[in-house]
Amino acid sequence: MATLKELSKQDELLSGGHRLCAGCGIPPIVRLVLRAANGPVVATAATGCLEVGTTVYPYTSWRIPWIHSAFENAAATISGVETAYRVLKKRGRIPQDKNIKFVAFGGDGGTYDIGLQALSGALERGHNFLYVCYDNGAYMNTGIQRSSATPFTSNTTTSPAGEAIQGKQEWRKDLTRIVAAHNVPYAAQASPHNWADLSKKAEKALKVSGPSFLNVMSPCPLGWYTKSEDSIKWAKLSVDTCYWPLYEIENGILKVTYKPKEKKPLAEWLKPQGRFKHLFRPENQHLLEKFQARVDLEWQRLLDLDGKRL
Amino acid sequence: MAISTKGQTGLTGNTAIAYAMKQINPDVCPAYPITPSTAIIEDFSSYVADGAVDTELITVESEHSAMSACIGAAAAGARVMTATSAQGLALMWEMLYIASGMRFPIVIANVNRALSAPINIHCDHSDSMGARDSGWVQLYSETVQEAYDNFIQAVRIAENEKVLLPVMVCFDGFITSHAIENISLLDDAEVREFIGEYKPRHHLLDTDNPVTYGAMTLQDTYIEFKRQQSQAMSRAKDVVTEVGREFAGKFGRDYGLMETYRLDDAEAAIVILNSAAGTTKVAADELRKQGKKVGVLRPRLFRPFPFKEMADALKNVKAVAVLDRADSMNGFGGPLFNEVRSALYELDTRPRVISRIYGLGGRDYKVKDAASVFDELLKISSTGKVETLQKYITL
Repeated sequence: MATLKELSKQDELLSGGHRLCAGCGIPPIVRLVLRAANGPVVATAATGCLEVGTTVYPYTSWRIPWIHSAFENAAATISGVETAYRVLKKRGRIPQDKNIKFVAFGGDGGTYDIGLQALSGALERGHNFLYVCYDNGAYMNTGIQRSSATPFTSNTTTSPAGEAIQGKQEWRKDLTRIVAAHNVPYAAQASPHNWADLSKKAEKALKVSGPSFLNVMSPCPLGWYTKSEDSIKWAKLSVDTCYWPLYEIENGILKVTYKPKEKKPLAEWLKPQGRFKHLFRPENQHLLEKFQARVDLEWQRLLDLDGKRL
Repeated sequence: MAISTKGQTGLTGNTAIAYAMKQINPDVCPAYPITPSTAIIEDFSSYVADGAVDTELITVESEHSAMSACIGAAAAGARVMTATSAQGLALMWEMLYIASGMRFPIVIANVNRALSAPINIHCDHSDSMGARDSGWVQLYSETVQEAYDNFIQAVRIAENEKVLLPVMVCFDGFITSHAIENISLLDDAEVREFIGEYKPRHHLLDTDNPVTYGAMTLQDTYIEFKRQQSQAMSRAKDVVTEVGREFAGKFGRDYGLMETYRLDDAEAAIVILNSAAGTTKVAADELRKQGKKVGVLRPRLFRPFPFKEMADALKNVKAVAVLDRADSMNGFGGPLFNEVRSALYELDTRPRVISRIYGLGGRDYKVKDAASVFDELLKISSTGKVETLQKYITL
């Protein structure tokens, strides 16, 4: 894996000047993943913050070939691109020694929800591509609506913390495990605060033959009601509280890639975020406890599987 | 099954389209099965499995993904085609607009079938008529021969630099897709030479010259893109004519923008798409024997709509019935009726024009049905009075 110094000397494939918010988790994720390709790479993005923020015509932040077509179909679109690559290479219209990597990006709405069918199809067909989900826990581009990735109790515009209902009532979907159930060669969870772990996982994901998947925690100051300058801190705390464990499933074997020395109480991650403000009212203490208990359970379940073949 | 390109060959519409696809040997074919177009994809899958083509088939998990993969592959510089019907086309609807808006020359065979509900697998035109504003060139085909010829010409029309739009070739579910007709096939070499090589100007796999496809446009540019697209669609009309003439010159089958049948001195005319035109022509022949001056107009090109040519062809007719195998549910006739009637409005003396909806969900349309419409038209022609502007027939 490249050192930080080497990484800093590589060309930026996503240029500055884009319109994503200050403190958005997406740009560092995209830049680290594209650098890990270390060669020709073609990307697609689902409709969402990344697409809107990087390609307001006539400008583009992409220094690589890039396509956006719709919301629910990033995986289907990249299937077409990657298949065209294979056939055009077979037919001699692309040099035999040219190797191109293919990456699809989607937010949690475009991946957990509306794009799940297309993703499942592309994984099953075995296209040679990496799918990266930047998971900021809601439909942020359209104004913070609840997705199936939204954390329990989170206040969103379609799961508001009201007088009768205290935010989202359901637990989030475990997409990483759903992807792993397709028996893909590589699937992992990562976070941008740990650039080395994310880069290493992206490199592994781009090296395997067949589909691979990264689910990456992506802080969103707008939807989390947090300060822009603190995003990386909250990404780290999501991992240190074990809400967002870092792990990988490589050829069926699960490995927890980071175990916090001291597992922090979940409240430390929740409290600074405005979306969980209501949880800290005395009458909602039981919800906070329920949330903590579920995180503890899931973390233990993961530790039980550490090093095992799924 | 070995198919001979010598002389006449008996093929169904689906088999003929699959054979055209084999001869075209496209780069990528993303496909999802749906009745009555399934056999196209089944036959083509066999060609792939047998190594008769080296196309990459992507057996996607939905029609939405089929069109999405078509778009991805086309953006990567591939020649792409697929086939569908009814609900499949409806599920592609979002992506149809994106394919045309991004100016990708994708070709699709749409085997016309009714849209649910109630669910029905038989022929009508509600599927492709629902896509009439999606920015795809639409060619309609009366016979298996015409569907085959249209499909090959579609590649040239779509990829023409003046057009660069996707093309939809429509023909009737079961009636044309599953019935065997004797047709003439071109040789593989003739097809290859006619369609030529596809050389996209820009594509995603040219990583040394990166391009961004699908950028967001705002109020300052969106309308300009749409105007360019609309102008390309207008230009498609002449390109359809040019490609048709070249095809006719080489292979002897000439279709034009529309077929006019016994129309020159006709007092009454029926305008009708696809296979039912054949039935209508038989009715016209019978009535002509009785000295009744009736004729038929069968549009081949529906998008872009050749409104001037349509008005010119019908200007001397006194009464016209436009028969739609789809209802736009707008309370004022079917989609073809609306187009034809609008086209005639610019004439100084206009024929009377009535709307008849027929054959939905595969209901038979018989010679007597056509004859009955002709009789009604002749009455309108002699009295100048329209009793019923619009109604359903074949009930």
